[in-house]
Amino acid sequence: MTGKAGKRGAKPPQRREKSRLTLGPLLYHWPAEKRRDFYFRIADEADIDEVYLGEVVCSKREPFFEPFLSETAERLRAAGKRVVYSTFALITTPRELDSVRAKNAPDALIEVNDMAAVQALDGKPFAIGPLINVFNEGALDFLARKGAVRLVTLPELSAESIGILAKAAKARGIEVEVPVFGRQTLSVSMRCYHARSLGLHKDNCQFVCERDPDGLPVGTLSGQDILTINGVQTMSHGYLALLKDLAGLRKMGVGAFRLSPQDTDMVRVAEIYRAALDGKDDPGALLDELREELPSTPFINGYMRGGRGLDWAE
Amino acid sequence: MSASPSYLELVCPAGTPTALRAAVDAGADTVYCGFRNETNARNYPGLNFDAGELEDGIAYAHERDCKVLVAINTFPRAGNLKLWHEAVDIAADLGADAGILADIGVLDYATRKHPGLRRHLSVQAAASNPASIAFYRDNFGIKRLVLPRILDVGEIAALIRQIGVEAEVFAFGNLGTMVEGRCYLSSYITGLSPSCDGTCAPASHVTYKEHGDQLVSCLGGMTINSFDKLESAAYPTPCKGRYVARGETSYLFEEPFGLNVMAILPQLKAAGVTALKIEGRQRSRAYVAEVVGKFRRALDALARGEQPAETESGLSAIMEGGRETFGAYKKGWR
Repeated sequence: MTGKAGKRGAKPPQRREKSRLTLGPLLYHWPAEKRRDFYFRIADEADIDEVYLGEVVCSKREPFFEPFLSETAERLRAAGKRVVYSTFALITTPRELDSVRAKNAPDALIEVNDMAAVQALDGKPFAIGPLINVFNEGALDFLARKGAVRLVTLPELSAESIGILAKAAKARGIEVEVPVFGRQTLSVSMRCYHARSLGLHKDNCQFVCERDPDGLPVGTLSGQDILTINGVQTMSHGYLALLKDLAGLRKMGVGAFRLSPQDTDMVRVAEIYRAALDGKDDPGALLDELREELPSTPFINGYMRGGRGLDWAE
Repeated sequence: MSASPSYLELVCPAGTPTALRAAVDAGADTVYCGFRNETNARNYPGLNFDAGELEDGIAYAHERDCKVLVAINTFPRAGNLKLWHEAVDIAADLGADAGILADIGVLDYATRKHPGLRRHLSVQAAASNPASIAFYRDNFGIKRLVLPRILDVGEIAALIRQIGVEAEVFAFGNLGTMVEGRCYLSSYITGLSPSCDGTCAPASHVTYKEHGDQLVSCLGGMTINSFDKLESAAYPTPCKGRYVARGETSYLFEEPFGLNVMAILPQLKAAGVTALKIEGRQRSRAYVAEVVGKFRRALDALARGEQPAETESGLSAIMEGGRETFGAYKKGWR
């Protein structure tokens, strides 16, 4: 219980840049209409600055939303939100690589999640996605020279590491964005565990991942909640909830904070995080409000505190 | 470096100086090893080399026409680059035949500081397509790629035709189901990761307890598996545990099988593979000698145009879980 960000309402101390709130790519396979309507509501109601569109997890899902993509992007832009295009976490086929190249419009910022995308963009500015292994300033430095303009930090990083990376990023004119809400991706595979859980193979998956709009819960034999399956991805069971870390991260030079879409009221989640960023309320009180929204979901922050990912420390 | 080129280059694990000599004596074309710290992905107690041991190991191997690769294949945490840079310096200074590297920053350092040190791209870099491989080839001059264990043989053949670097594939041993270098399950449960600490599911976090007639294995207090008296208890690696989803208990990710490609060596050769990697730097000298010996005889038989003897396939007894698989090499694994 810190309560130290209590009186932030007065004057933001000589920090002129407003922190940005971003909505990361939707990682689950929702029906295309539900996905479209989700983004329309974000456009109309959510106090979010940037929205990442695009399929990250599985290229087989991508065609479903294709007919709605430009309409959705337009709606978001019309609402004053910047659109960034996220790309696949794992690229193995020529078609997947073509899909990345196709997103490379002159004015579009692309989030890369496989090094293939960096090669394909050929010097054009890009955002380093959270599934690229940038653990240190050496890797960041090299990618800065290749055109990186933004770093979205990877799940395993501690606040200490983020502080060092943020310092290095600032010296190279790179923005830093830290995921602060939602499940953390823990692994990427070629095998689809959603399909496997029903005795199917990836090549004939019947898109069974659509049955679980917030992922498939996985427990241990002793009944402990542990993981979540989302197609070829394995994710945490708990949601990252870093409301109390925002002020510290901002002090380190982190300029943007990412909410990862979950099957819950994301407009409300954005409202709570915006209130924390604006210093409107005590982060502890806002965390209680977030708990009221998500009464059955445990929160995690272990990696940020330098520990194991599944833990929660007040 | 061998006088006559092997059917496929046999790349063998050397977790200790003793295992290095055993692998060389058993017919390895190449051995790979790492330093005794978190710069390599098998950072376990009692393993690995200091600089003096590496120097001796390189001398022993080179006298017998065997190459030595040094795995510096983890990712430095921010603010801690020096240990990795020193590892690259030592490997280069001692005349290692190549460094097996994964981190972009470490690759950049090695390329600039030691252009003469041959660079192999570790499986931890997870380069699985022509564009990603081209990134590492064009920027860091990598000469060889260790392929992620996610492609089938047909896909490997198609990839090799496009990349212009040598391909090394896993042939025997432990089989991860996640893309290497992109799995945080261990740190999620224990705080220690393969990526930065060089350790997956460390033994220090493993416990076993009796529960009725069941033996329950846990990692970091989380139950990973449970065995009755008839089953052999597999090591509690998170991706090889039994879990419950939709009320069903299963090996959701993968069963505790070991990989063995002995039966598909001709297909791998035909696909254009340059080298076969035996996994197992954490294994004993006896294990290394047996596996390397069997692969050596099989490869020599194939080089003479003969079929390997039936006995060369009898490796499952010493394999993890006692059962073997072709893993992703066979279509349908996904």
